[in-house]
This record gives sequence, structure tokens and C-alpha cells, in this order.
Amino acid sequence: MPELRASLARAIGGLSRISGRGGGTTLPGRAMLVLDPSALERLGGQLTDGSVLVSATNGKTTTAAMLSRMVEESGQRVLANRAGSNMPWGIVTTLLDDREALGLFEVDEAWLPEVAGSLRPRLIVLGNLFRDQLDRYGETESIASSWARLVEGLGKGTVLAANADDPLIASVAADSPGRVLFFGIEDEGVALDKPPHAADARRCRRCGGRLVFDRSYLGHLGEYHCPACGLARPAPDLVATEVELHGAEGVSATLTLGATEFRLDLPLPGVYNLYNALAAIAGAVALGIDVEEARLALESLPPVFGRAEPIHLAEGEARIFLVKNPVGANEVLRSLDQEEGPLDLWLALNDRIADGRDVSWIWDADYETLAGKTRSVVCSGSRAAEMALRLKYAGVNSESIRVDREIGRSMVTALGAATGTLYALPTYTALLELKDYLAEHRDLEPFWEGPGQ
Amino acid sequence: MTERVRLLTLYPDELNIYADRGNLLFLRKRCEWRGIEFEAKEAGPGETFSPEEADLIYIGGGQDRDQEAVGADLLETKGEAVTTFVEMGKPLLAVCGGFQLLGRTWSSGDGEARDGLGVFDVTTERGTGERLIGAVAVETNLLDERLLVAGFENHAGRTRLDAGATPFGTVIAGYGNNGEDGTEGVLRRNSIGTYLHGPLLPKNPRLADLLLALALSPTDPNPPGLARLEDSLEMAAHQEALDAALRNRRNRNRRSRVQTS
Ligand SMILES: [Zn+2]
Repeated sequence: MPELRASLARAIGGLSRISGRGGGTTLPGRAMLVLDPSALERLGGQLTDGSVLVSATNGKTTTAAMLSRMVEESGQRVLANRAGSNMPWGIVTTLLDDREALGLFEVDEAWLPEVAGSLRPRLIVLGNLFRDQLDRYGETESIASSWARLVEGLGKGTVLAANADDPLIASVAADSPGRVLFFGIEDEGVALDKPPHAADARRCRRCGGRLVFDRSYLGHLGEYHCPACGLARPAPDLVATEVELHGAEGVSATLTLGATEFRLDLPLPGVYNLYNALAAIAGAVALGIDVEEARLALESLPPVFGRAEPIHLAEGEARIFLVKNPVGANEVLRSLDQEEGPLDLWLALNDRIADGRDVSWIWDADYETLAGKTRSVVCSGSRAAEMALRLKYAGVNSESIRVDREIGRSMVTALGAATGTLYALPTYTALLELKDYLAEHRDLEPFWEGPGQ
Repeated sequence: MTERVRLLTLYPDELNIYADRGNLLFLRKRCEWRGIEFEAKEAGPGETFSPEEADLIYIGGGQDRDQEAVGADLLETKGEAVTTFVEMGKPLLAVCGGFQLLGRTWSSGDGEARDGLGVFDVTTERGTGERLIGAVAVETNLLDERLLVAGFENHAGRTRLDAGATPFGTVIAGYGNNGEDGTEGVLRRNSIGTYLHGPLLPKNPRLADLLLALALSPTDPNPPGLARLEDSLEMAAHQEALDAALRNRRNRNRRSRVQTS
């Protein structure tokens, strides 16, 4: 019977692909879960090498892609969910095709407890929790509480790779019955002068007191302690020091794990990608992969669409950075701030469900760093005018800003107006629209993986 | 004499969840562009202020834990000053959590009733149903001017007006105070309590300017007009936000038709 149900579910997915209605990446899983509500647990149990889950507000797609590559380079087969399929039905869809592998899945923050409860993974990588799409996820505190209940119920066999610099993650991971590998950054040189406006988690999860940040690296990630109850940041097992930022090109750092020390040159920019790399390396170590092998896999990482990848078009070169919440936006802006100006920009703000209907977050991001640094600016998406307004109030010369809601057309205009590299900052669905447009008009599709969140 | 607006923000570190900073930035820039001196002050936990020191007060919303952390402090250290300020006819804008805290009672994260400041004649209970989330449009009448106001709401609380209390506006699209009676927010003298964030003022430049006019001359029933600004982007963003709310209403109507058919 289970096989029959699986074939039926697959057939439904095939039909949806043929009929062109889309949803082929998740529909078979949806159908399967209707036919068999325990499908995730049952199919997941058939994975020959078990499973690994990666979750975070920012960077889970990149982290999962990094870890996937490390595992593959070590000679193991990986079954990964496609981007945008990070809820139970997406994972079930993936499992319908293949189970003779290590399942390596990025999981939506809100669905992590349910997915982990069904799969009982060997490893969970916990990256960060930021304020994101309050209209969908609610407060970061409530996600942290649901993760805490998950972690307390884990078996001893599940290892955690956890961010020591995120007080929410660290306090959640501290209660794990199994082994925890903490990672973090320790470098005065890349610390922010003060925590940015968009910082969450200024309060201690244990006592509600105000945390003191001795150093902030990114949002509320940093070195902190709670004077009220004495809670301290756990000492990381894997730590990055001597961090060097190379603008939009990349970042390098010295990594220390026990007695091993090495230099990492990451072809992805920013402190945020350094955190993604640390998360992936800690995960790889937990899986028994050699650190040197993990480093090599990272340094030869192929680009992921929407993650700072340069694309070459007849009209010029563009670099695309997915932006979806204030902390992520601030990190991209920080990378742009290191580029020599003036900058040519294309910013696309959509307000569809997958972007968050509530666009207020752009007012929490520090677009002020762009003031006086722009040459041409095009704003696009369903909330193009609001994006343009944010830039005007950030001090960007409003006469240099053009507003055009059409994603594809505005991109062509922006490329035409650009003298140098065009920096493109779309939200999630704007990135998908851009990808479709470029695939249709520029034949670029085959080189790209789709964007996830 | 140069004109001056002194804006006082209550609990900026605790109550800022829906990009409340955008409201403050909007007011600041619109003053600066008009040559009006703008002074931003803050009052956090334990800090006191005198009503004479401010021309405009802003209080935003926060996570449950933060709202609970400042609820008692508001009554203890700032209650009298806020009440006097509002009764003087000076303008105050309270958004979401701040709106609830200034009502007679509000409800904590675990559903317990807490005393509010009672500046606004409203009570808020924790809803048993879903959170009320989505784009909103309301029609309001401020200083004898009819205004369409657009924003975004996201609240579990259901707020009810006391008999005789004046709502801030009438819901055109969205939920408003409780999703049932068509009211949104509350008005008391020249002070506004509302669930609309997004942030509110950048989407509604006329509302922002009325608040500034009131801040400059709170006792004048017809405050002098402010210098006009080039507002084409502001009006385009206002229209986008209104459109989002109206689209939302159409979708909801379509859904309910499907359900009943
Ligand atoms: Zn504490």
C-alpha cells in the first residue's frame, strides 16, 4: 500500500508539472501527506544514512548548500530538498524520489519542531533567529520557545551545531541532552560600534534581564552576558578570528578548532556568510568530515543565484543580493559600503506572502549608508514607491531615483543607466520574478539553482 | 523666532517592533526640510519627564516580554506627565502596544488583565481567535479634514471603545480594533491611539503634517499651515499602501463567497 500511495502522489506531481500549473516541487508531498499523515516519519526512516536539518532566519539555503557540498566531496551521497521546499510537504516530495542517501534538508524556522520530531535527525544546525516577517512568524521569542521545547525532547543521538553568538540559539542549545558544537566569532576589528536598530534579543531568555553586548558583529549576534543572572555566551568550539572583509568579493578569517588552525578564504561576502561557513564547518565536523576537506569544499563553492553571484548580460554586469529582513539588508549594505562609489543600484520590494505582506522592515534597515554614494537608483516591485521613499528619507538624492514596478523592464533600465557593476537587491519573490525574466529573455537558467530563503 | 518641535519617544529601546523608527525619521526630515528645528528626546524605564518639555509624544509597540517590562514603569514614573500632556491638548501618537498600554486595561502574553494608564477610554482583551493581520485602510476626520489613512496591523488584542469614546477612524479595509465593530483606534483631545503601523506616518504624509502642526500650536483650533513639500513619492507610497489594503479586502470577499457557496 505505501508504494501505491507514493506512486499516486508522484503522478499528481507529474500532472501538475505537465499542466503547467506549477507546484510540482511540493504538490506530490502535499498529496502524500493527505494519503498518509505519517509519510515524513515513514519515508525519512528509510534514508540509508539518516538526516541532517539546517534552520535559521538568514542563510539557511547557503549553509545547507555549503554543508551539502562538503558531504558530497567526502564521498557520501546527499539528498537535498530544493530551495523553496523547506516545509514538510517539500521534504516529503524530495523523499518520494530517493532514500538511498544522507537527507540534508533546510527547514523553515516555524516547521523545524515538527520536521525534527518526525525525522529524528543525526544533526541539527541552528544558525540564527532574527526578526523576520512578523506577519507570518510572529515574534522571534515564540520561535525560540518552540525550538527550546524541541531541543529538550531530542534523543542523546542528535548532535547540534549551534551559534554561540546568538543568545537565543545558545540558550536553546544549552539544554540539549546530546553533544553541542558551538561556533562563533571573536574579533574586535569587525565589531560594530553599537548594536544596530534592528537588533532583537536584547533580553536574557533565562531571566528577562537586559543583556550586555561587549561586541556586536551582526544584529544581535556577538559576545554578550547577562549581568542579572550571570548567563554567559558559551565558549565556541569553532572560532573565527582575524576577519578580513573584501567588499562584495568575499571574506577571509583564521579558524580554530581545538589544536587545528587554518585560514579560510570564502568566495562569498560579509560577516553573515562567515557565520554560514562556520555553521557548515561545525556541521561537517559533527558528521566526522575532515576540517581540511570542508575548507577546500567551501573555497571552491559554486555560486548560488541571488547570493552575490555576478551575472553577465549584454547590457552590463550585475551582482544580485537577496534581501528579506533588516538584519540581512544591513549586512548587504555593509558589503556595498566597502565598494568604491558611486554605486548603481536596483532595489525591488514585493509584498507577497513569501516576502512578508508587511514591508515596515525596510524602515528598520540602515539604508542611510547609501546617502551620497549612489549614481543611479531604480526601485521596482509591488511596493516600489515605498522603497524609493525609504531611500529619500535615508538621504539618497531623490532626483536620482526612478520608480518602475515592472521587475524585468526596470532591470533593463537599471543596467542601461549603470556605468559600473549594477548591485541588485530584490526581495524573495522579486528574485524569483527576475530569475524567470532573465531565463526567458537571456537564456541563463541552466546555470542557476533556485533561490531559497 | 525659529519654530521648534520637541519630540519625546517613550521606551524607544523596548517598544520598536514594527519599525517605529520610520515614524520618527519621517517627522524629523519633514521638519528639517521646512527649517523647523527638531529635537528628539527619549524616556526609557525609570526616567521621568515634564509635560512642558515636549511638543509631541510617540510610543510604539513591542514584543510581549517588552510590553510587560514597561507596563508598570509607565504608570509609576510617567503616568501623571503623559495624562497632563494629553489633557493640555498636545498631540501624542500611540501605536499598537503603546495604544494598548494607554487604555484602561490591557492583557499580558498569558492573558492576565493589567492596568493601563487610562488616558484612552478603551479596554483590550487577548483575542481567542487568530491574530488580526493585514493591510488596513481607515477613513478619519482630523481638524475638520477628511483623511484616508493606510497602514498594516498585526495584533492578538481585541480593543473595545467605552460608550462615548471616539474612534480614530472607520475601517474601510482590514480589521481595526476588534474585527467586528468597524472602529479603528481612538481619539482623545489631539492624541491618537491606533493599531496602524507599517510604519504609519511615511505612508500618510498628511497625517504626519497635521501632527506637526498640532505640535507647533496645540491650542489653536486652526493651526497655521506648514510649508508645502514636494510629496510625489510620498503620495505614490500612500497610494500603494491603500491599494494593498483594498486588494486585501477584495481577496477576503472572494474567499468568503467561496466558503458560503
Ligand atoms: Zn539573565
